[in-house]
Amino acid sequence: MAECPAQPRSAETAPPPRRPPVRRHRTVAIVGPPNSGKSTLFNRLTGVRQKVANYPGVTVEQRVGRLRQAHDQEVDLIDLPGVYSLEPRSEDEQVAHDVLKGRMPGVRRPDAVILILDSTNLARHLLLAAPVLSLGLPTLVVLNMADALRDRGGEVDTAALARQLGAPVVLVSAARGEGLEPVLEFLTGELGVPRPVELPVIQDVPKCREWAVRIGARAGYRPPAPPVWTHRLDAVFLHPVAGPLVFAAVVVAVFQTIFSGARPLMEGVEVLIERSGAWVAAALPESPFRDLLVEGVWGGVGSVVVFLPQILLLFLFIGILEDSGYLARAAVIADRTMARVGLQGKSFIPLLSAYACAVPAIMATRTIENKRDRIATILIAPFMTCSARLPVYTLIIAAFIPERPLIGNLLGTRAAAMLGLYVLGFLAAVMTARLLKSSILKSERTPFLLELPPYRWPTLRSLGLRLYDRAWLFLRRAGTVILTAAIVLWVLAHLPLVDGAAPPIEASVAGTIGRLIEPVIEPLGFNWKIGIGLVTSLAAREVIVGTLGTIYGIEGDENSMGLREALQQDLTPAGAVALLIFFAFAMQCISTLAVVRRETGGWRWPLAQFAYMGALAYAGAFVAYRLVSAWTA
Amino acid sequence: MLLQLIFTTEPASAGVAAEPRTLAELEEGRQAVIEALEAPPDLARRLMELGFVPGSSVITVRRAPGGDPRVFRIDGSEIALRLETAALIRLRPSGGA
Repeated sequence: MAECPAQPRSAETAPPPRRPPVRRHRTVAIVGPPNSGKSTLFNRLTGVRQKVANYPGVTVEQRVGRLRQAHDQEVDLIDLPGVYSLEPRSEDEQVAHDVLKGRMPGVRRPDAVILILDSTNLARHLLLAAPVLSLGLPTLVVLNMADALRDRGGEVDTAALARQLGAPVVLVSAARGEGLEPVLEFLTGELGVPRPVELPVIQDVPKCREWAVRIGARAGYRPPAPPVWTHRLDAVFLHPVAGPLVFAAVVVAVFQTIFSGARPLMEGVEVLIERSGAWVAAALPESPFRDLLVEGVWGGVGSVVVFLPQILLLFLFIGILEDSGYLARAAVIADRTMARVGLQGKSFIPLLSAYACAVPAIMATRTIENKRDRIATILIAPFMTCSARLPVYTLIIAAFIPERPLIGNLLGTRAAAMLGLYVLGFLAAVMTARLLKSSILKSERTPFLLELPPYRWPTLRSLGLRLYDRAWLFLRRAGTVILTAAIVLWVLAHLPLVDGAAPPIEASVAGTIGRLIEPVIEPLGFNWKIGIGLVTSLAAREVIVGTLGTIYGIEGDENSMGLREALQQDLTPAGAVALLIFFAFAMQCISTLAVVRRETGGWRWPLAQFAYMGALAYAGAFVAYRLVSAWTA
Repeated sequence: MLLQLIFTTEPASAGVAAEPRTLAELEEGRQAVIEALEAPPDLARRLMELGFVPGSSVITVRRAPGGDPRVFRIDGSEIALRLETAALIRLRPSGGA
């Protein structure tokens, strides 16, 4: 801590009269290798006050957050992508390099840098210190995972390391929030330029390594013992037979929980929405506005909000898999399979996260160095069953498939149907990848290099932050896209006025649109009401649930039927299967199309993708309808 | 897919007593020292950043289901590489062992 500010400040006492006065606004970049706990530190320092945007021209996410305890000073933190060096080769490295050099358009050069390194892996992580320190920006070196270093019997002399690096060094545990005070002091205090004792030639990696080892030795660094538990767990998770079985078991358990575990919570939300809707209906005088509110907003938006618990549960599982370090093992297990379809294990991670949402997944493809592999991964990502499909699947499955135990209490028919749809999406993705990689996107096999971080307990804090983010995003979508769709639909379903009253819904504008496309979708077993839903779901998949909610809300008499019962009257079982298949394949998401356009730099790929997925959806639904019709006839 | 993974047989291992020449031939649980990287410059650099620097010692920790990729411990961390990549990492002859 050689150059930490001399007097630690506390908020109550002296407001520091410093000379020269500290700038009131400061930007600090956090840089570090992958798995150094960079984002944990960032979250720790900024909490929920973050903004996610994209750097202009590239697809790398820019996360900016404002510091919490900033006293009289505003400090904006930039979370840079995880990099091993500042050589601009991949897009991530390019961004880190450009931001730190002040060459990123629209981003001011940071006033200071926090370099975060994994203290259990110091010899290797110190490699990044050389290029970062040579930037000449005030730098704080944060050695993270102090708890793991201590528990596994390693040690490091931070004062000695600070002397070697000519910059303050602190030992923290970002996950546990230990030792962060000096970080806050650095962020708000006076800044000094680093004066390292020696720096290697940055381009020469072996020289850099010798340097890192030497510096580590002078700082009394003793690496910790290998993580025992990680070793034991990997013996199971990467076992030739047990590994894949455990993987399958985890997946099945997740599905069963999402399907049946979320049930009580969802019913709770449902009751809440019904009661509040009834209360609004009773409290307001009869008017078109009341009808709009009850049928459009409560019927439309409400029927989507019901799925919040289920989606949060899915994200909880994904969060646990990601934070614990299991995802990297899954990528290793999957590499061989991915290689068979012409992709590599690294493509597996974006694909897994596409189970949550294709948009962040497509952005996550930036870690794939090979451009053709990357485009192939982008093109197949929307086949993975994203959380927006969950409400649609749940609704239709609950309406048409009776719940029976399949494997004792472990797996029921409904969860199995859901699992089947997930597998279907995965197979469509894999086949498409194979098709692409053996034709237009053919390329050399690319190397697969992946670090397997030690397992860690996911912290409640980080999981909570994820769920908060996700809930907010979901509700914001319900409040914007779905609300707008519901209102527009409600209005269209009430026009044109006949003698000052709304027409029967078949004769309304919405009904006319539905009837117009009915001939096209009739071969799939869908009527005009489903047709309206298909049109509105082009904006986002789950909108169809809201749309049907609104339509049935308008149609419904006093003792209106539930959405499930209403659907049973409008769809045959064959039509229901066809609808599920249609949603499994079709690209009904404006956000995804927009992000694909931005990623691939033009309309060519997103349009081709939209057409391909649409054709597959139509063909798949058609075949499914015929087959199931013949079966049940 | 999973079934395929489980039942794929592992590639037959090379000669029994032969000394491993590349990292791909280093048996599970054995340790060796890296002599040189015979990879294209970009890949070599990436490997070195992950710790595969000539002179470093490396252990084959385990094989993924199917034998490929393999997990190596180097420098306190575990890195997964495909065999085809590991074959580009030449090992130092142990000299008499």
